[in-house]
Amino acid sequence: MWFKTKKGIKPAPKREVPNGLWLKCNGCGEILYNKELAKNLWICEKCNYYFRISSKKYIEILTDEFTLKEDLIESDDPLEFKDYTEKLKSGKERSGAKDAIITGEAKIGKHRVAIGAMEFKFMGGSMGSVVGEKIKRIINLAEKEHIPFILVGASGGARMQEGILSLMQMAKTSGALARLGEAKVPYISILTNPTTGGVMASYASLGDIVIAEPNALLGFAGPRVIKQTIKQDLPEGFQRSEFLLEHGFLDAIVERKELKTTLIKILDFFNS
Amino acid sequence: MSPIWLEFERPIIELERKIEELHIITGEDNLQTKEKLTELKTELTKLKEDTYSNLTPWQRVQLARHPDRPYTSDYIKLIFDDFLELHGDRHFRDDPAIITGIGKINGKSVVLIGSEKGRKTKDRIYHNFGMAHPEGYRKALRVMKLGEKFNKPIIIFIDTSAAYPGIGAEERGQAQAIAENIKAMSTLKVPILIMITGEGGSGGALGIGVGDVVLVQEYAFYSVIPPEACAAILWKDASRAPEAAKSLKLTSKKLLEFKVIDGIIEEPDGGTHRDFKKAATILKETILKHLNYLSDIPTNVLVEKRIEKFANMGIYKKIKS
Ligand SMILES: [Zn+2]
Repeated sequence: MWFKTKKGIKPAPKREVPNGLWLKCNGCGEILYNKELAKNLWICEKCNYYFRISSKKYIEILTDEFTLKEDLIESDDPLEFKDYTEKLKSGKERSGAKDAIITGEAKIGKHRVAIGAMEFKFMGGSMGSVVGEKIKRIINLAEKEHIPFILVGASGGARMQEGILSLMQMAKTSGALARLGEAKVPYISILTNPTTGGVMASYASLGDIVIAEPNALLGFAGPRVIKQTIKQDLPEGFQRSEFLLEHGFLDAIVERKELKTTLIKILDFFNS
Repeated sequence: MSPIWLEFERPIIELERKIEELHIITGEDNLQTKEKLTELKTELTKLKEDTYSNLTPWQRVQLARHPDRPYTSDYIKLIFDDFLELHGDRHFRDDPAIITGIGKINGKSVVLIGSEKGRKTKDRIYHNFGMAHPEGYRKALRVMKLGEKFNKPIIIFIDTSAAYPGIGAEERGQAQAIAENIKAMSTLKVPILIMITGEGGSGGALGIGVGDVVLVQEYAFYSVIPPEACAAILWKDASRAPEAAKSLKLTSKKLLEFKVIDGIIEEPDGGTHRDFKKAATILKETILKHLNYLSDIPTNVLVEKRIEKFANMGIYKKIKS
């Protein structure tokens, strides 16, 4: 199912923001009209606060055409973990996605790419067996077709409810990326708020190019865990995009409005 | 240092002491004592059997964390010859939470890497309780690449509760360091043998945990999250860790069932801390057995199989369109 995203196939119901005509900015408290916000890609015009947006929205913002890849797999409950089945169900309802990632083939400008976008509304974007498997498959596709791979990260890390199987998805995806690298197929990692834990400690950090939206929380350990361990307050701006850039772990911080043009610039570099 | 006993170990230790005392005081010559000794020994065997065949996941976690459990430095002394520790990541500093070096096993050169918790309080602080910073992972990778360059197999012991969650660790890219290791280890062109000898603590373990063969000692565990942290998230109560340990299915048997490890290494009666020498002997035999056939596999096949093994991990449902 191809669709032109530019011309605006009906976007998914905007569950990521409260229903109604307006909402209050989390950054400055200003009352903002949904219509205006949408036009501004869900960024507050007053204080530049970034509202979290869905995986579908990112696909719309970044691509011109998109074909969803249906892998025909869904999360099981291998540990018979308390409430996991219910959480999967509510994750589906809340996000409209089948799991914490959507993947597919897309066109960005004149470039064909393989792309994945994580869905934070689905159990905090957590990575279980399905997320890992879908990422592996889309990487393998990029390798086979020799088209660049792009991933939009948004995740609290590995999915606790799948225990050790979740942890192993880090090795699964990183192994696939090692192969992609050997085939000299570029991988661009885009980090959004938040990308942490096992996701950050595997594929999200492994891009040939790693860029992030401003002020996103990015890191290995969660701030609360660190605070508890060291028994001190954390410095201002700790683990934010700007902090990572300063310490040498990001190629660039890119405003949401500039993401697509930046991507095209990077793809042009690789493809010419 | 006096040994530390876990709650469920106590009755066994007490009975063992009783037998020993009886031995020393009266000797075996006395017929009455002899009978009594036989009786107590039978009782001991039964008690051990009952205890260790019915360990709860939480008891296994406690055994894996037992402060008297042998660490990498102990195994290195007991298993390898001519060990030379190699320090530093050549970028920032030496991280003593991971020991790296070169050595020999039965005359064969190998690269050695392992978590080190440290035994005495001073050592524990020096080794940061086995919780590595990015430098530890980078040092490990540097030394692994040395092994790759000169075609020496890599042997890794894992026993860490976690990668260290701290300000410096984040500043210097803990996530990036672990990610790079996982990726690089996927394609290293030498055999990699991994043994989890205590705690397999999440990304902190996986950062030195990608290999051709991954083995776990019987009472060791491997988990995506520490049981305490899991309980804190689930029930806002870290003291419910025993329940979390059960939910996480982190025991060696479950790991094998889930196909995330390749085998279980037997431990001496009551756990490795009860008999360092025997534990080391079993490990040595295990290492030699695996090195033997891994060395014969062509490198490209080895790497192919390693990637494929991890690529197949995970459990999910297939659905119809
Ligand atoms: Zn605002």
